[in-house]
Amino acid sequence: MALLEVKDLKTYFRTDDGIVKAVDGVSFSVEKGKTLGIVGESGCGKSVTCLTIMGLNNRRNTISSGEALWKGRNLIGMHPRELRSIRGGEIAMIFQDPMTSLNPVHKVGAQLVEAILLHQDITKAAARARALDLLKAVGIPRAETRMDDYPHQFSGGMRQRVMIAMALVNNPDLLIADEPTTALDVTTQAQILDLMKRLQDEFGSAIIMITHDLGVVAEVADDVTVMYAARVQEEGDVRNLFRRPNHPYTWGLLGSLPRLHQDVERLVQISGQPPSLLFPPKGCRFHPRCPYVMPICSETEPTLDPVPEATGVHSVRCHLDQETKDAEAAKLVEGTLAEAS
Amino acid sequence: MIRYVIRRLLWAVLLFFAVTVVSYILFFIIPADPARQFAGKGATPETIAKAKHYLHLDEPIYQQYGRFVWRLVYHHDLGHSYYNRENVNHIITDAAPVTASLVLGGAFFWMLIAIPIGILSALRPRSLLDRGAMTFVLIGISAHPVWIGLIFAWFFGFYLHEHGSPIYTPISNYADFFNPPPGQPGGPVQWAYHLLLPWLTFMILFAALYVRMIRANVMETLNEDYVRTARAKGASETIVLRRHVLRNAMLPVVTMLGMDIGLALGGAIFTESVYGLPGLGRTAVQALNNYDTPTVMGVIVFATIIIIVFNLVVDMLYAVIDPRIRLA
Repeated sequence: MALLEVKDLKTYFRTDDGIVKAVDGVSFSVEKGKTLGIVGESGCGKSVTCLTIMGLNNRRNTISSGEALWKGRNLIGMHPRELRSIRGGEIAMIFQDPMTSLNPVHKVGAQLVEAILLHQDITKAAARARALDLLKAVGIPRAETRMDDYPHQFSGGMRQRVMIAMALVNNPDLLIADEPTTALDVTTQAQILDLMKRLQDEFGSAIIMITHDLGVVAEVADDVTVMYAARVQEEGDVRNLFRRPNHPYTWGLLGSLPRLHQDVERLVQISGQPPSLLFPPKGCRFHPRCPYVMPICSETEPTLDPVPEATGVHSVRCHLDQETKDAEAAKLVEGTLAEAS
Repeated sequence: MIRYVIRRLLWAVLLFFAVTVVSYILFFIIPADPARQFAGKGATPETIAKAKHYLHLDEPIYQQYGRFVWRLVYHHDLGHSYYNRENVNHIITDAAPVTASLVLGGAFFWMLIAIPIGILSALRPRSLLDRGAMTFVLIGISAHPVWIGLIFAWFFGFYLHEHGSPIYTPISNYADFFNPPPGQPGGPVQWAYHLLLPWLTFMILFAALYVRMIRANVMETLNEDYVRTARAKGASETIVLRRHVLRNAMLPVVTMLGMDIGLALGGAIFTESVYGLPGLGRTAVQALNNYDTPTVMGVIVFATIIIIVFNLVVDMLYAVIDPRIRLA
């Protein structure tokens, strides 16, 4: 049985301008010890999906429906106290901006100890020892003295390591990482991803990696879900996604990656803007920006169907015929594989 | 830290001189003749001239100022009032406790009200409580303390009593806490009793300002990323509020509080006037009316020193509370 099964998750926000449908029917599952990558542009709903699972949305103006089955129990609509015991304990989350995610007036060690004592019934000294172990494990030099330093005395990369330590301190079964490397430079990004993979091997936790960077996905993910405008557009095994992408949006994402050996004047981009989630486009949500748009695309929204002759899991939401899809996929893969080798 | 304090103190001395010089000069621009008042009624021009010489008013201004500074620094003496020859030091030490009682008591009450209302409004924005609080803020900021004071004095001190209500609050005078003059009310209970209406009047403006400030700070802090992190760790809303939100939201409030109290200690003029409290504010106003330079200068010196001290304390306190600020 999957560790986390999300079924038809919907999150709507009540705003002054109307109801924003930030997540509109998203489903996926996460297996024990595996990594799921959720990819998409800013505003596609990937962060909100995970915030909804954790119950971190503002209760006053949020309406959530659907199921997020954590070991069989639905997290949506769960009693807050029960949810709090899971949050930070069995499921932990780290966020995008390490510069602002730590409380500036508390020492780093104290913040880790707080995370521990919220879920484990041990003495403060034992908690401090555990915090120290984690800080060493994430690679903070001179951890004993650094425990009593304040967040502003750490660099961005160090702060993100502290955040990771804080998340892993209670041995979570699932770690949700919301664009953990977006705010960091490329070398630090590589180090952090490396660290996360190592820790995953050591602690055995599953990871949901939210990112807009397909490079990160290729690096760490076992399964991928591509989201656009609050819906899943393509999902499947990471190999399937990169070897045989079947959705025009995915082609756009792959095509816009800069290549080392390419000699181009201008990077390929997906024309247009993400749609308003107050009034999403009729039919397929991507059709206003799709270079392969057909009349049916503005009429009916395609359903998420399995891709024929796929090895493993692979589904896509698109009206295009299979030949065109495979042809485009082949064109792109040439370039991608040339890069990989 | 020591270097910072010394630097600040040096600047404080400079500031002190700047303030006193400007005040002194202002008095010379005012067309008044304290010597005439000093000499009394029916004084002949010779008496007035003698009075003038006695008060050193015939000396050039810089010499008078120099005399003033010398006396202050070496003898810690602020001189004698032109009006009644009372030692200005005594005038100040009599008036200061009154103002201090009013201001410090008022500060206590306005924070007592502002903190819970500010926090609750921030936690429930646009609710009935929040809208009610913002209306109160608008009224509190707009209404003049004299107007409020007169209304309270009329209602609580007169109207209720006239209509048979046992509630009666005195509407003037100050009851000394420790040593009341014979025949006057005194002691802690009377002290508080006489200060009830003044406290109420004085605190409304500040309570309104602080409710608004606390509400804004708390609302802003609630949106910070580290609050989300605290919730993600599984902390309850109470813990999030206490340990993460309040400590950060109240930092600027502490600074403002120190400065506001320092400023108000220089004389809460309006409230003291309405209720006849013999504090620094009323003393200064009366002295101005009497062209009583030494007394006014005395109040100015006292107020300047208080403000400088409070500012320094507040700055150092901020460095203690917020680890990101370390004074060089």
